[in-house]
Amino acid sequence: MNFAVLQFPASNCDQDAIHAIRLLGHSARYVWHKDNSLGDADAVIVPGGFSYGDYLRCGAIARFSPVMQAVKQFADNGGLVLGICNGFQVLTEAGLLPGALIRNRDLQFHCEHIYLKTATPDSPFTNRIPAGKILRVPIAHGEGCYFADEETLAKLKANNQILWQYCDADGNLTDTANPNGAVQNIAGICNERRNVAGLMPHPERASEPALGSDDGKWIFESLFAAAKGESAGIKNPA
Amino acid sequence: MKAKIVITPKKAVLDPQGKTVQNALEQMGYKGVTGVHIGKYIEIDLAPGADKAAAQQALNAAAHKFLSNPVIEDYKLEIE
Repeated sequence: MNFAVLQFPASNCDQDAIHAIRLLGHSARYVWHKDNSLGDADAVIVPGGFSYGDYLRCGAIARFSPVMQAVKQFADNGGLVLGICNGFQVLTEAGLLPGALIRNRDLQFHCEHIYLKTATPDSPFTNRIPAGKILRVPIAHGEGCYFADEETLAKLKANNQILWQYCDADGNLTDTANPNGAVQNIAGICNERRNVAGLMPHPERASEPALGSDDGKWIFESLFAAAKGESAGIKNPA
Repeated sequence: MKAKIVITPKKAVLDPQGKTVQNALEQMGYKGVTGVHIGKYIEIDLAPGADKAAAQQALNAAAHKFLSNPVIEDYKLEIE
């Protein structure tokens, strides 16, 4: 499977994403934000970092980068897109995912391991996560509080679009387990069509035991399985 | 010519910065403060002689699409 990993000025988890994907046995390539084409990609990763210094709002400027036109077209054609941390912020700013990410409620930057409960196995991002397994993954963000109005939240629930929620080690969705104040402990969601997803935690930084957890690999394994299941010919027109 | 845009968080959105500043004001002894909301102020310099109505329209679009995030923010635009 070929992954295109975007690079914006000040993305800083692009190399981690490339490394994790290659470690797990698949191909990954950098795509510079000024490129107009994703090339031969089966999936796109929008990586973490502080694109454009988080100026104006996180992801607000990156979403207008030339490459995002190609990403939008890729997503409109059903291509798989995963936004991680700043990538999630870029996707909400771009309107490819609903809601927004705002400042953590305690105004602190949180750099720690958290626990995630997978809300549904029914998506290309969660289909391989072992049932009932609580994922231990790191977060590193100051603006990771997911917000959506009542109407949007109702739609997310009705369409089963909530993919991951912060929980304690036993899988309980408590307020203490919520590091940033996100509504309903939402850590990650997908779009209605289920081909675009975003999450604040970093699975690419939890894909090998040496980093303290390899639970993040299950999200990539889900993508590998989904790509195989769909068709060998998911290619983005160059 | 100058455009002035004030961007404020929507009421439904959590504003921990505002709350923190409110607490600090109270602690400093300022009475009667019932709320603090922190937003952004943007000034845009426009070339002299530009058409005010056209600028208003263009900047409204820019404010809605880019300078503010309508999911979480409201904005007010003034051109002088």
